Amino acid sequence: MNDKARSWGWTTITIHWLSAIAVVGLFGLGWWMVDLTYYSDWYKTAPHIHKSVGILLAALTLFRLFWRATRPRPEASGSQLEQRLSMLAHTVIYLLLILLFTSGYLISTADGRGIEIFNWFTLPGFGSLIENQEDIAGTVHEWLAYVLIGLALLHALAALKHHFIDKDKTLIRMLKP
Amino acid sequence: MKKLSLSLITLAAMSAPTFAADYIIDSKGAHAAINFKIQHLGYSWLTGRFNTFDGNFSYDADNPQASSITVNIDPASIDSNHAERDKHLRNEDFLHVTKFDKARFVSTKVTDVEEDGDFHLHGDLTLHGVTKPVVIDVEKIGEGEDPWGGYRVGFAGETKIALKDYGIDYDLGPASTHVLLELHIEGVRQ
Repeated sequence: MNDKARSWGWTTITIHWLSAIAVVGLFGLGWWMVDLTYYSDWYKTAPHIHKSVGILLAALTLFRLFWRATRPRPEASGSQLEQRLSMLAHTVIYLLLILLFTSGYLISTADGRGIEIFNWFTLPGFGSLIENQEDIAGTVHEWLAYVLIGLALLHALAALKHHFIDKDKTLIRMLKP
Repeated sequence: MKKLSLSLITLAAMSAPTFAADYIIDSKGAHAAINFKIQHLGYSWLTGRFNTFDGNFSYDADNPQASSITVNIDPASIDSNHAERDKHLRNEDFLHVTKFDKARFVSTKVTDVEEDGDFHLHGDLTLHGVTKPVVIDVEKIGEGEDPWGGYRVGFAGETKIALKDYGIDYDLGPASTHVLLELHIEGVRQ
C-alpha cells in the first residue's frame, strides 16, 4: 500500500478524493445552511453534519500531511515556473484547510462548549481566547472558504490542462497507482 | 452630642429644598442590568442580556415627574450564554451590529406616579437603526446612603417591544414576535 515514486499510492488517492468530496460538500452545506429558516427541518441537523464532517476531515488531513511527508513522491511535470506555482498552490490549499478547521472550531467553542461529532464523541472546547471570537472566527471561516473553493477550482483546471493539453499522466496517477 | 448632630444633619438633609439630583448608572460596579426574554417556540422563555451599557439620570423622590434618563447600549454585547446564538443575534438576521452599532433609550416624560414611587417612563428606544416610543413600567426599589459614603437610588423596569417594529423580521415563530425587556438600574448620586 506504499506510494510508489512513479505514481501515488491507493492511500493518497483515497484520501485525496475523499477530501475533495468533503471540501465541496462542506462548502455547499455551509453556504446553504446559514440561510436556513428557524422552522426548517435542517436548522439543527445541517450544522451538526457540517461540524462533524469538518472535524473528521481535519483528522484525515493531519494524517494526510504526515503521510505526505513520509512517503516518496512521484516527479512533478511541467516547467520550473509551473512546478513552483504548483508547489505554492498546494501549500496554500493545505494551509487554508488547517485555518478553516481552526476557525470553524473557534466559532462553536467560543463559549467553552464542545463539538459533538455525529453523536459519537465530543471534541472539547477551550472557550474564549479572543474577544468576539465567534464573530471574528466566523468571518475568517467564510472568506477562507471562498478562497479555498477558488483554489480548488484552479487546481481542477490545472489537472485538466495536464490531461488534455499537455497529455501527461498528472491526472491519471491520481486515479490509479 | 454626637447622636444629636447626626440627627440634625439627617433633619437638614430631609428638609433641604428639593432639586433633582444627578445619578450615574452603576454599570461599572454592575449594579444594573439590561435583560431580555423571548418565548422559545411558545414552550419556554429564553433569557439574555446586554453586557455593555452606560447612562445617567436625574431623579428626585419629591418630584418624580421631572425625572429623565439616557441609556446607551452596545448591541454587540448581547449575551444569551451561547456563542453560536449570540453570533446569529449580532448578524444581519437580527441586530446587524456592524451597521447599527448603537442602541439607546432617551426618556421624554414621566406619568402615572403612584404613592409607592412607581411610575410610567416614556421615551424613545433606538434599536436596529429604528427609533420608536416605548413606555416602561417602573418600580422604585429604594434609595439611601450606601456603606461607602455615597448615595444611591434604584429601579426596576419592564417593557415589551415587537421585533418587527424595529425592522427585525426573522421568523422565530408566532409565540416569539415580542421581546420583554427587564431593566434594573442603580444610580450613584454625583
